[in-house]
Amino acid sequence: MNAVIKLLSALLEWVDARFPLLKMWNEHLAKYYAPKNFNFWYFFGSLALVVLVIQIVTGIWLTMNYKPSAEHAFASVEYIMRDVEWGWWIRYMHSTGSSAFFIVVYLHMFRALLYGSFKKPRELLWLTGMFIYLTLMAEAFFGYLLPWGQMSYWGAQVIISLFGAVPVIGDQLALWIRGDYVVSDVTLNRFFAFHVIAMPLVLLGLVFVHIIALHEVGSNNPDGVEIKKFKDANGIPLDGIPFHPYYTVKDIVGVTVFLIFFSLVVFYAPEMGGYFLEHANFIPADPLKTPEHIAPVWYFTPFYAILRAVPSQFGGVVAMGLATMMFFFLPWLDRSPVKSIRYRGWKYKTALATFVVSFLTLGWLGMEVATPLYTWLARFFSVIYFAFFFLMPFYTSTDNDKPVPDRVR
Amino acid sequence: MHDGEIDKQRRRFLTTAATVVGGAGVAASAVPFISTMTPSAKTKAIGGPVEVDISGLQPGQRQIVKWQGKPVWIIRRDEKILSDLETLNAEVRDPQSDVDQQPPYAKNTYRSRKPEFLVVIGLCTHLGCSPNYFTAEDQQDLGPGWKGGFFCPCHGSRFDLAGRVYKSVPAPTNLVVPPHRFVTDNRILIGDDSGAS
Repeated sequence: MNAVIKLLSALLEWVDARFPLLKMWNEHLAKYYAPKNFNFWYFFGSLALVVLVIQIVTGIWLTMNYKPSAEHAFASVEYIMRDVEWGWWIRYMHSTGSSAFFIVVYLHMFRALLYGSFKKPRELLWLTGMFIYLTLMAEAFFGYLLPWGQMSYWGAQVIISLFGAVPVIGDQLALWIRGDYVVSDVTLNRFFAFHVIAMPLVLLGLVFVHIIALHEVGSNNPDGVEIKKFKDANGIPLDGIPFHPYYTVKDIVGVTVFLIFFSLVVFYAPEMGGYFLEHANFIPADPLKTPEHIAPVWYFTPFYAILRAVPSQFGGVVAMGLATMMFFFLPWLDRSPVKSIRYRGWKYKTALATFVVSFLTLGWLGMEVATPLYTWLARFFSVIYFAFFFLMPFYTSTDNDKPVPDRVR
Repeated sequence: MHDGEIDKQRRRFLTTAATVVGGAGVAASAVPFISTMTPSAKTKAIGGPVEVDISGLQPGQRQIVKWQGKPVWIIRRDEKILSDLETLNAEVRDPQSDVDQQPPYAKNTYRSRKPEFLVVIGLCTHLGCSPNYFTAEDQQDLGPGWKGGFFCPCHGSRFDLAGRVYKSVPAPTNLVVPPHRFVTDNRILIGDDSGAS
């Protein structure tokens, strides 16, 4: 036994002389001090990493049997589902993973809104996170075309046509994106390239930058106070605990609970009643016929509802683009000196609550057929959505914030 | 140059020259990267003209053919439909087809070469869904006075039987009339109008 330990430590020494292994371990885990008061909301960062790994691994296995051509794509997915050993599991893991990714990321972003994690000095952390979110949307969009079902086809057609609404160069731009006069085999082939190579590379790079930025400034916490202000004689934050073992343990519990729920969906409700896998996508793409009712997958519907709410074509596209971009400006729109919701006044609390309601309602409206009543509802909630951002400098600077404690409670 | 002395001017020149030359090469490589994504020669060839036999088409019927991968609709219109079109001028956005969505020979009330046959690309000018065809008789909740036309399921745009877009719907322009010509009375060539019939 002793000999083995001796051998291992000799090996570590050998590696360490050539690669900063121990240094990295200490800087990012064993001697990375995180606030001691993390709660439930702090699970979702590590969960996003877990889902990313699930997507990459199941994605690689899917490409072993998937064929990116208009003629064979739909059949190859059915082949994976029926004939490939455990193919259905790999595929359902991947399809459930995409929805899980957005659930986790939305909750992760909501945590930032709750505790002011986007505020100084974490602006860059927030911006890199927003770039991850945009890349994730692109990744999901490219991937959704691959099964080559009716929703894949017409969803891609609609989203690419959004670029066609750009003045002057619009039509050429849409043609360039498709590489054909309509969404076709050519489009499918290049979307495959984007989905399995380009976007994942960008995503991994951004995640790396996001984590490096996080470890530079340190995590925020539910009290929204900077733990680096009060350090002991050794320079260790008084309210900090080493990430490993304290938070690795916490996160492993979180991951396990998450995987239980994830597996329940994968095994018992992979289509989630048409929300995770839309019914119309079980019909092969037909370029001559649009399904009776088309809607994007749930994670895009709030923005889709905003697009539909605007009566002008170009205006709708601009409003939808702006709706996703508004998050980027949060660090500068929020003028309150207070980070955490615990010490904010009633104005921000009310604004955040109304924003959540409007985001969820828009998400629901985006899935429904646009009747005149629903269109007016979508307009109403779109206004609230934008008001949350545009009025933020006013209500956050005049809010009756409470005094913030010096240290974590 | 003496030993241990750095000629900074020379260094700057070398760095600038190398960066400019190399940078120009990298910038020029954008051309092939962008160009490969435009439609290839094969894609363009597949997009060639299509000849259609319309001898079996009855009044009110629609025939769908694929041209450049897009649905092209040919609809045979009777006298009633044609006279109805004129009553709709106030309800459509561009009754005289002023916006360039058709070849010159289709810039008329009926938006066609021959009033009897409408030839349009069946993709909504809003975001490219393919609208559904509802005749005046179809029991659809498309409002009173529906005289037949197309309804887009995606975002609710409506078009009349000349492909003219109604007011206050998301689609900005009339449906596109593709270049076409009559080879004979019963055959239409879609995608080519050289040598007018």
